[in-house]
Amino acid sequence: MNELLNNILFLPEQASTFAERVDNLHIFVVTVTMLSSLAVGTAALYFFFRYRRRTPEQLTEYVIPSVKTEFLFVSLPLIFFLTWFVIGFRDFVFVTTPPKDAMDVYVMGKQWMWKFAYPEGPNGVNVLHVPANRPVRLLITSRDVLHSFFVPAFRIKMDAVPGRYTQTWFEATKPGTYQILCTEYCGLSHSKMLGEVVVLSPEEWDAWLKEQRRGDLANRQDALADLSLAPQPARMAEQGQKVAAEVGCFKCHTVNGEPHIGPTFLGLYGRQETLQDGSAIRADEAYITQSMMDPGAHLVTGYANAMPTFQGKLTGPQTAAIVEYIKTLRTPDIRTTGASQGPVYEPIQQ
Amino acid sequence: MSPSSSSIAAEPGAVPAPGEHHDHHPSYLVDGTTVKSWLLTLDHKRIGVMYLIWVLLFFLVGGIYALVVRLELLTPGPTIVDAMTYNRAFTMHGVVMIFLFMIPAIPGAFGNFMLPLMLGAKDVAFPRLNLLSLYLLLSGAAIAIWGMLNGGMDTGWTFYTPYSTHTTTTVAPILFGAFIIGFSSIATGLNFIVTTHTMRAPGITWFRMPLFVWAMYATACIQVLATPVLGLVLLLVVGEQLFQFGIFDPARGGDPVLFQHLFWFYSHPAVYIMVLPAFGVMSEVVAAFSRKNIFGYRAVAFSSLGIAFVGFFAWGHHMFVSGQSTFNAGVFAVLTMLVGVFTAIKVFNWVGTVYKGAVDFKTPFAYFCGFLYFTVFGGMTGVAFATASLDVPWHDTYFVVAHFHFIMVGATIMAFMAALHYWFPKMFGKTYHEGWGLVSAALIILGFNATFIPQFLLGNAGMPRRYYEYPERFQTLNVASTTGATLLAFGFLITAIYLTYSLVYGEKASSNPWNSRGYEWLTESPPPTHNFIGPQPVYTDEPHFYVDREKAEVPDAV
Ligand code: HEM
Ligand SMILES: [Cu+2]
Repeated sequence: MNELLNNILFLPEQASTFAERVDNLHIFVVTVTMLSSLAVGTAALYFFFRYRRRTPEQLTEYVIPSVKTEFLFVSLPLIFFLTWFVIGFRDFVFVTTPPKDAMDVYVMGKQWMWKFAYPEGPNGVNVLHVPANRPVRLLITSRDVLHSFFVPAFRIKMDAVPGRYTQTWFEATKPGTYQILCTEYCGLSHSKMLGEVVVLSPEEWDAWLKEQRRGDLANRQDALADLSLAPQPARMAEQGQKVAAEVGCFKCHTVNGEPHIGPTFLGLYGRQETLQDGSAIRADEAYITQSMMDPGAHLVTGYANAMPTFQGKLTGPQTAAIVEYIKTLRTPDIRTTGASQGPVYEPIQQ
Repeated sequence: MSPSSSSIAAEPGAVPAPGEHHDHHPSYLVDGTTVKSWLLTLDHKRIGVMYLIWVLLFFLVGGIYALVVRLELLTPGPTIVDAMTYNRAFTMHGVVMIFLFMIPAIPGAFGNFMLPLMLGAKDVAFPRLNLLSLYLLLSGAAIAIWGMLNGGMDTGWTFYTPYSTHTTTTVAPILFGAFIIGFSSIATGLNFIVTTHTMRAPGITWFRMPLFVWAMYATACIQVLATPVLGLVLLLVVGEQLFQFGIFDPARGGDPVLFQHLFWFYSHPAVYIMVLPAFGVMSEVVAAFSRKNIFGYRAVAFSSLGIAFVGFFAWGHHMFVSGQSTFNAGVFAVLTMLVGVFTAIKVFNWVGTVYKGAVDFKTPFAYFCGFLYFTVFGGMTGVAFATASLDVPWHDTYFVVAHFHFIMVGATIMAFMAALHYWFPKMFGKTYHEGWGLVSAALIILGFNATFIPQFLLGNAGMPRRYYEYPERFQTLNVASTTGATLLAFGFLITAIYLTYSLVYGEKASSNPWNSRGYEWLTESPPPTHNFIGPQPVYTDEPHFYVDREKAEVPDAV
């Protein structure tokens, strides 16, 4: 029965403890709404037919409602609405009050990606790993403008407000992959600010955690102190960002998606660029490197040939680091099906 | 005219000018035919007609943006425009529809025209202010449209900071335009309040005022009290963008949620600025076409004031998921429900008015039926939102878009169309074609449902609003919605055609073609310049009094 109603109402699958509670109220509200509209509609329809006009000048009786009728008009909706409120508010308190034993994850919205950081472990972009059947508290903030963290299958949503932390929580009920959407308009690529929650079974979760602890030291908070370790991709990216800032890339290129004097770095890696001669080229490592060394070789439409060459100004490792940095600035595409490719590691404060 | 010279009844019946036949005063339409006589007129009826022309034009502009948005959403990926154009299109759709159509439409066009007629007055209290408010609206519109053509804005009509102060698009002129339009709204409201207080003809006591006047009065109170808040907040945003004030931007020590509080403190009551006039129109229409006194006149009148009042305390329901405290959410949830209760009172009383009536199913009545349905359904979804827990998944999804199009847009458009047809003979002295009227009403009501019911379901499925691209699973419902929008556009097109045709070739209407007992029908159609010729009508009954005095015992003074 509920299954059927959920299909009629196009509700997504229920994958959290909150989802079920919300849907039950949802169905109750829909039923009451339908029945009362039907009642009003039927009454109106009956009156329209029963009291059709016979002559253009027809007069009518003077009818005014009794106090009792008016009282009924007020109390009937009030009773229904208050019932909804009582149930709804109880559920609202439930979702705004994380259990004490909840596991914390920090969430940061940023044009246009979601970054996750676990207090004791790894960081991730756009993919949030959580264990099933364990409450998870999300501490949410934003780096730039308002965003809103929404997982339809969990029926939870919370705004990401710059300058503040907001919180919400959920307890996923079954392993699987669920979409994260941004529901607060945040600019050009708002609709591409997607991610996913990967809910793991307890065993998978343990294995995943272990793996995170084992390898990439650079991704661990405590490892950040030790910078002398062998280069890791994430470290390289960090260096690349530093170098790019030093040599002045950001005078002309933004990393937030807005075009400036030059094209933005956000999402540049892997992008198809249309060139001024009409051809297209994929921005891979080679193309990015060439753009630094010989900027005039492939001019992107809409931009002047204004970039100086960095030939001789950047060492090989520095160039590589910048390329690595640009590679981290991508917003993965919508993945509605198929398995997750795992997190892209990146320190949360970059 | 100063507000003190309200003693219309004391004025002798207008003396016919020499050479003019006694009952042949020129109607306001032909009393002066130069362009200047229109543009600089102080006649509330001409000002009302000019409002009507402009808001229809703005409706067309907003409608074109709507179709761009809807067509773009036909496929999951890019369809007809790029992301930036799309973002500007839905922003301008919202801005134009709200500030240039919905808010001025019924008060500006029909309020201006009908309010003095319904009060037995010769004009509004401040005719010059009235003309000024039209030109303020047009100047604001001109500035905003200049901004639209020079870059446009991509913030959504809610202008949420810090995005609106960070975006590189042209925010300042559009916000400044909206700021000026606010003054127009305040001036109209002020004028109506003073007119209602000081210019009622003898016999029109407060409880004999037509319900449209009550609704306009309640609306005017909101306009005067809430609009300054919007003006203030828009100026602050412009200041923040141009001079880096740091009021809303946390990077400068500001608070982005403060903006939401200030914005919704205006914009939530603004919803009632749009919908209360609609309620007023519908009270007139249902009485006229049922030939019945309004069932529960006082309840309907007071519920308008009630909605206006609690409307000020409901703004917090826009922020259930913005980090507001749980306690606040509970308080705002309950306060919001009171709006639902007041609306329910109206709905029941409207249905009660039909009871034992004499129903004539004409075009305005068809729109009344559509209106009843949109109000009940849209209103109930509003209360559903206010239950807090349901708002969590629905907030900022297409469910919201569908909800406010049902209650705010649906109800208002139904009322606007009903008013257009009901008062068409009064305003222009011509009749329209009833058959076409019913056909297009059916099309519009159907189109509306086909457009927005799929959007309710999209919201359930989890599609966020303001999405340029969407996951493929949402496509079927989007296609359905776009189909509905096309149907809707078609309905409006037909109306535009036959009404324009009737304006030129329509049969001459009698002075009271509906046999209505609304006060505005006590004069000619179209009315002469000073509204009434000859002795002032005598008001001894409430409006819409279709009772046989001889046979029935009715209370004397209400
Ligand atoms: C032809 C009929 C209409 C259609 C097909 C239509 C369609 C739409 C669509 C698709 C959106 C975009 C929602 C989003 O991106 O989240 C929208 C938003 C909106 N519409 Fe309409 N609409 C119509 C009429 C109206 C009217 C008559 C009004 C008001 C008088 C109105 C007011 C709004 C508002 C306030 C928004 C929100 C804008 C925003 O999200 O920034 N619409 N409409
Ligand atoms: Cu967003």
